[in-house]
Amino acid sequence: MERIIFDIAHSLAGGLVLVSFMMLYQDRLPALINIFAVQAVLLALSVAWQAYMQDAPHLYITAGIALVFKAMIIPVALHRIIKQLGIHREIEPVVGIGSTMFIGIGLVALSMVVMLRVTGHAAPVAREDLAFALSVILLGMLMMVTRRNAVGQVIGFMSLENGLVLAATGAKGMPLVVEISIAFSVLIAFIVIGIFLFRIRERFDTVDLSALDSHRGGQ
Amino acid sequence: MTPVAVLLWAIAALLGTAVMAVALSRAAVATQLVYSACAVICGVALLFLLVHLVGQPGSTTSLSLPLGLPWLGAHFRLDPLATFFLIVVDLGGAAASVYGLGYGRHETAPHRVLPFFAAFLAGMNLVVLADDAFTFLLCWEFMSLTSWALVMTHHQDKENTRAGYIYLVMASFGTLALLLAFGLLAGPDGHYGFAAIRATEHTPAVAGLVLALALLGAGSKAGLVPLHVWLPLAHPAAPSHVSALMSGVMTKVAIYGFVRIVFDLLGQPAWWWSLVVLFLGGISTVLGVIYALMQHDLKRLLAYHTVENIGIIYIGLGLALAFQTNAMNGAAALALAAALFHVLNHSIFKSLLFFGAGAVLTATHERDMEHLGGLIHRMPYTSFAFLVGCVAISALPPLNGFVSEWLTFQAILQSTNLPQWSLKIMVPAVGGLLALSAALAAACFVKAFGVTFLGRPRTPAAAQAQEVDRFSLGAMFICAALCLLAGILPGLVIDGLAPVTLSLIGDRMPVQTSIPWLSIVPITAGRSSYNGLLVFAFIAFSASLAAYVIHRFASRALRRAPAWDCGYPDLSPVTQYTASSFAQPIRRVFGDLAFRVREKLDMPPPGDIRPARFIATLRDRIWDTLYMPVVRAVNFGADHLNRLQFLTIRRYLNLVFLTLITLLLVLAIWR
Amino acid sequence: MAVILDLLVQGAQMALVLLLAPLLTGLVRKTKARLLRRQGAPIVQPYRDLLRLLRKEVVLAENASWLFRVAPYLIFASTWVAAALVPTFATGLMFNWTADLIAIIALLGSARFFLALSGMDIGTSFGGIGSSREVMIASLAEPAMLLIVFTVALIAGSTQLSTVSAFMASPSVGLRMSLALALVALIMVALAENARIPVDNPSSHLEVTMVHEAMVLEYSGRHLAMIEFGGFLKLLLYVSLIASVFMPWGIADHAAGPVEYAFGAIAYLIKLALVGVLLAVFETAIAKMRVFRVSEFLGAALMLGLLGTLLLFVSRSL
Repeated sequence: MERIIFDIAHSLAGGLVLVSFMMLYQDRLPALINIFAVQAVLLALSVAWQAYMQDAPHLYITAGIALVFKAMIIPVALHRIIKQLGIHREIEPVVGIGSTMFIGIGLVALSMVVMLRVTGHAAPVAREDLAFALSVILLGMLMMVTRRNAVGQVIGFMSLENGLVLAATGAKGMPLVVEISIAFSVLIAFIVIGIFLFRIRERFDTVDLSALDSHRGGQ
Repeated sequence: MTPVAVLLWAIAALLGTAVMAVALSRAAVATQLVYSACAVICGVALLFLLVHLVGQPGSTTSLSLPLGLPWLGAHFRLDPLATFFLIVVDLGGAAASVYGLGYGRHETAPHRVLPFFAAFLAGMNLVVLADDAFTFLLCWEFMSLTSWALVMTHHQDKENTRAGYIYLVMASFGTLALLLAFGLLAGPDGHYGFAAIRATEHTPAVAGLVLALALLGAGSKAGLVPLHVWLPLAHPAAPSHVSALMSGVMTKVAIYGFVRIVFDLLGQPAWWWSLVVLFLGGISTVLGVIYALMQHDLKRLLAYHTVENIGIIYIGLGLALAFQTNAMNGAAALALAAALFHVLNHSIFKSLLFFGAGAVLTATHERDMEHLGGLIHRMPYTSFAFLVGCVAISALPPLNGFVSEWLTFQAILQSTNLPQWSLKIMVPAVGGLLALSAALAAACFVKAFGVTFLGRPRTPAAAQAQEVDRFSLGAMFICAALCLLAGILPGLVIDGLAPVTLSLIGDRMPVQTSIPWLSIVPITAGRSSYNGLLVFAFIAFSASLAAYVIHRFASRALRRAPAWDCGYPDLSPVTQYTASSFAQPIRRVFGDLAFRVREKLDMPPPGDIRPARFIATLRDRIWDTLYMPVVRAVNFGADHLNRLQFLTIRRYLNLVFLTLITLLLVLAIWR
Repeated sequence: MAVILDLLVQGAQMALVLLLAPLLTGLVRKTKARLLRRQGAPIVQPYRDLLRLLRKEVVLAENASWLFRVAPYLIFASTWVAAALVPTFATGLMFNWTADLIAIIALLGSARFFLALSGMDIGTSFGGIGSSREVMIASLAEPAMLLIVFTVALIAGSTQLSTVSAFMASPSVGLRMSLALALVALIMVALAENARIPVDNPSSHLEVTMVHEAMVLEYSGRHLAMIEFGGFLKLLLYVSLIASVFMPWGIADHAAGPVEYAFGAIAYLIKLALVGVLLAVFETAIAKMRVFRVSEFLGAALMLGLLGTLLLFVSRSL
């Protein structure tokens, strides 16, 4: 029984990493948003499982937030934004998909080596959750770096935040306050970036960030 | 007479042959005489070594001669490691000499080949036997210089001169690194004998530094990336049987140098050095095969492919180092045995393939695959032997290349027991690189064989090719038979390697020859096993069964007709896929890793009748980023130092005086 | 006596794969046709095709070499041997230790090597296209496959399929992310290796898009039959592989009696049918990729394999 509990936590957390990779592989915006929603669902499940494992009912709230905000509201909103703005549906990555994934694998390896070495004495579940969480965070950053498209970057940022939540719930005894603040900060960030998107669109008629470069002085 | 003495006499005979070749230089009989002498000497030495291996496994004998440095003398020693590598050297030497009997007849400048050929063989034998640093380095240089002379055989060719020059620079660099390594090993008291070096304890810092220098020194001779740049230029420039020796055997002598220093003399370096070796090995395998895939010169393709195989061997050595430094001796013995098995295999099939390329060169005077094709009809025996070599080098069962890679994979699968996290993760990743290179190697040799031997002849030279002579074919078929033998009876080879691993690591793989049905079992039967003999028998049996049943009961009717080609057969052979077009998909997927690719399409406008041209230029990234800055710096320095040539005598005296004063000052301040 | 029995069981397995292979392909084709609301050819059509091809005379191109005529038998034989070494209804058969999983993959590599060579033998441009694309696909699929083997072998502690299968059936294996990744990657590799959609279209005869068909364009009669049969066997091999590693339930032990063998055979048939139908559904639901997207698809399989190996190190036992 002990083992199956552990295995499920492991599979859910590993699933998050896998979905992060799927995001790196995907080069169409609508599909990317859908995958993000899948990741949010997985996150919610994973957090809920942690709540069950740690017997910490307040984590169910976190899971609920993840499910409602990240898996439903945000993807729907992003889909609408794409539709309304008529944004180009294909994302041109800065680096090729193959190389991006290769770098991603390297990052996962790195986070494993770092985390497993540092947390030698921690409980195996927490250890593994932290290793996976760091991977998700790094992959989210990688996604932000390698995508030109602003929507892609926003999704990268949110997936990074998913990693943070995973780390926070994996560590036993994380107070709810922090979690809610993280969730809200993301929501705010999302709104800000959303407005930003509208602005870019209004002014320059594109959401490709490289179009902004021509407006820099002295170049 | 001790075994060492016998071998030294054989070497003396080789040197004598070299002298005789100089004396005879332009006589007509020289070619036959020298090659048969070399073949006989190497053959006898080989037989003697095999008997020695079977009769007294694990025995060590040594001998010192009053040559060389007066207080040191020249020491020679025959231990299991030297025995194994001498077998590789003399096997390759004997095969190349037999091949030379036929191939040498077409040589335009035999007086430039014969003396150096015999001396080169002697040099390689001497390096392996040497038992003190001075003798080792001297013989190493002797080997380098004789092979350089062979590279320069056809020095009228501009490219060959350039190849020779780069080779000379890299060889000097390698020797310098080895010199420094031995200097560190000998310590301030200067114990140059290997026995004394072995007895001293080395600090971890010294051990690490020596390992790095050995990697540079032996790696540059073996062709480890990024020190490989000379190899694909120099190996093809020499006559084909010499190319076979350089690619198949001399690189192995370099491996011997590395193994001798790292596993025998050094003691224990820090575990993380194995990461460096594994990394370089992994990079070499993949880059080597990608370089090879992009070539359309047959001999250069083979030379580049040597880089890949050297990488595989270094992966095995790196694994052995990783296991050894973590006191997992059983796994270390497996990894080392895999690496050494691959040493033997590569020396056999690379010689075979270079012989084949030489045969094609003799028959068509072409090395460029774009000008060949359809040779399977004109040269059936050569093409069969070459095909065996291709299957073997592509690591396909039931031939020998597969066995050594399989053993390497088995060693990789032992990595979970390693305590270090970075090794645990690094080793499977390197395994992935090894798998990638194995698949690419198969692609590479489909291309090499398919474009050269299959299809329709692309030039009249290829259409009128003639099968080569019996000696050349004999050498090729000996190698092909050995490929098959080592592939279906790998247990014999593994047991033959046991004394080597016992002496270097203190452990061995389980005894293989007593296992029923001649399977090989690296660890335990439940874990993994492979039986080349049965796989071979099964394939042969089921293929003949299918053929028999079909011809007996179904149909044996056959009609020749023009090719179908979807209804558009084109009679012109230029419509065939070429070597470059064959590699194009792979270039698009992997090319960016190794090359800076520039594609230029010159499409004339409608109405213009000039042909459209597609030009793809590939530039080696390593050459551009690593070597070009050095070349530029040297040129810059040379330009500026040039001024020193035009000074007055007074100024020269000034310079000498100032130098002397500076040196004295340094001495005064330092001490 | 025991040896003779063992030999009989081993022979039964070799015959079984030979008999079932065309049936599996027939099932997949029939299901695909039904999904497209076509009637489709009967399930036994592949057998009829093979017999028809076998009875026909061979039309050989004028400049075909001996290699072109020998290759079909070699391809068939190495695929058959490989397929017979994968456990189907029972593990630990007499010759199972002849080759482990790595060797089985390498045997398929041998078959492909000769297939690619025979594509280049006549010297037509289509054959060249096919061979060149085939080796490109293989150069990604093979390492991906070996990484999957690493993952499985590191978990089970063996590359021997019988041992792996027995381990996977035991409760000690548990739920593992690595295995899930390996399964996904294995399916991707299996699609590519068997020239299925989305990598290649088995029923395509449009010259510029085909890979496998382009290579065998010049073959006819019994030679073509051998190559087609090799293709059927390869599909069966991959399905058996997935079945024995990831669905090891019901496989009989090597010391079992005839009842267990019969039971194992029924379980095997059910698994075959299941995977066959799933394959047909998947193929109907998805479109074929451009050739140069294939490298991304297989690159993803490669990455999944590598990721699977990496994730091993965070799980419980290692």
